[in-house]
Amino acid sequence: MLATKPRIAFYWCSSCGGCDETVVDLAEGLLDVIAAVEIVFWPVALDFKRKDVEAMPDGSITATFLNGAVRTTEQEEMARLLRSKSELLVAFGSCSHLGGIPGLANLFDRESILRTVYLESPSTVNPESVLPVTSHHDDGHTVVLPGFHNTVRTLDQIVDVDYYVPGCPPPPRILRTALQTLLGGDLPAKGTVFAPDCALCDECPRKDTKPETLSIAEFKRTQDLIIDEQTCLLAQGLVCMGPATRSGCEAACIRGNMPCTGCCGPTSRVRDQGAKILSCLASLVESKEDAEIDRVLNTIPDPVGTFYRYGLPGSFLRRKRSNEVQASM
Amino acid sequence: MRNRQLSRAPLLQAAFEPRIVAFFCNWCTYLAADLAGTSRMKYAPNVRVIRLMCSGRVDPQFVLDAFAQGADGVLIGGCHPGDCHYQEGNYKTLRRYHLLKCVLRQMGIEEERFRLEWISAAEGDRVRSVINDMVEKVRALGPLQLDAETEDIREEVAVC
Repeated sequence: MLATKPRIAFYWCSSCGGCDETVVDLAEGLLDVIAAVEIVFWPVALDFKRKDVEAMPDGSITATFLNGAVRTTEQEEMARLLRSKSELLVAFGSCSHLGGIPGLANLFDRESILRTVYLESPSTVNPESVLPVTSHHDDGHTVVLPGFHNTVRTLDQIVDVDYYVPGCPPPPRILRTALQTLLGGDLPAKGTVFAPDCALCDECPRKDTKPETLSIAEFKRTQDLIIDEQTCLLAQGLVCMGPATRSGCEAACIRGNMPCTGCCGPTSRVRDQGAKILSCLASLVESKEDAEIDRVLNTIPDPVGTFYRYGLPGSFLRRKRSNEVQASM
Repeated sequence: MRNRQLSRAPLLQAAFEPRIVAFFCNWCTYLAADLAGTSRMKYAPNVRVIRLMCSGRVDPQFVLDAFAQGADGVLIGGCHPGDCHYQEGNYKTLRRYHLLKCVLRQMGIEEERFRLEWISAAEGDRVRSVINDMVEKVRALGPLQLDAETEDIREEVAVC
């Protein structure tokens, strides 16, 4: 009987859809999932509406996998709604785990984002300078839009989160492990991240080529060189986030001959992934002279965008100072 | 929710007094601060000193955490180049300091709020002048108040 199966929901907030793609990437494994659970809500694939979720009793969903960061009031409401309807809430993917790529918008504030998108971007035609409003009356009708918060948030900055599935997007293997664990009933400690708690270097196929002492005279970008397919990427002068990033992806990017960009976030012993890779990379600089150190470090063009690519909202500082954003406008 | 943060309430009523977190190494700068004390030198009381074995122990996370919890400035004090008790620790700090400064600039935190100084065990007077100078510069910038800003960010979505 259907009602005895565990009830699972998937939802997306501020995201690109890649995390939902992970569910599909379970491939034939998806058939086992569908046989084992009842999917009660999945907007990207199934036609259930918000009112269907509202009609469910509290706690009646066994587990909700929520991907995407939280930016709008609608996303915030859905996060709260799904929290109250779910026994377990899983932050699914980098954006809900740590803020993800949309979290880099925390380097700007609401007003400058709206101005750029609706008024100033070269392809925008908006002669009446219309900006989005949350409520509009026209001819006796009222239409509404969600509000747009000043700050992008991780899921656990809005509601209580039970587990995390890291990655951008999460590898299907990790989703499969997470589903098996949650459905198996032997639940791990609250707050568990479903990936090994060690750095990516630990499972890197190029681990043995890392020199005993690394020193870097110039950081290179991927377009600056022909990347050797065997050698440690840090040893080639590339910014590889591996030392500060949790493993679990089986070094997918490295196997594709590209450096790790850090999507799986830090291990459990690290609070701020960006600070840790900063510490690691800076200490690899060889020079002891201020000017030369600056020259080498300046070859990293965008430190915040590089070190916090997937985790600015979840970092210590969370966003660029608001009053500073306003002052520089 | 705020129990990890230093309370700012009494300071808001009085004139702004900068709060500076200082990480001093055990072998040089901390001894210099000790010397300043035993020599009865007077300097601004705005610095909270944390003693570490080496300035190289200053994880950039410590600096960001201090700012996030409400520090208006962070000062690192270590041995002069070549004098590190552990040979290379202060050079690692120097390199991290340069990169962390770039990150702080991008995050809108003024340069004067984060400072690295080499102060040997004999330079008690330099502890006094560096602290006094930094306190005045940070005082001129005004409060950073990242703890209050984080609170505002929380309140934007708080359920009443």
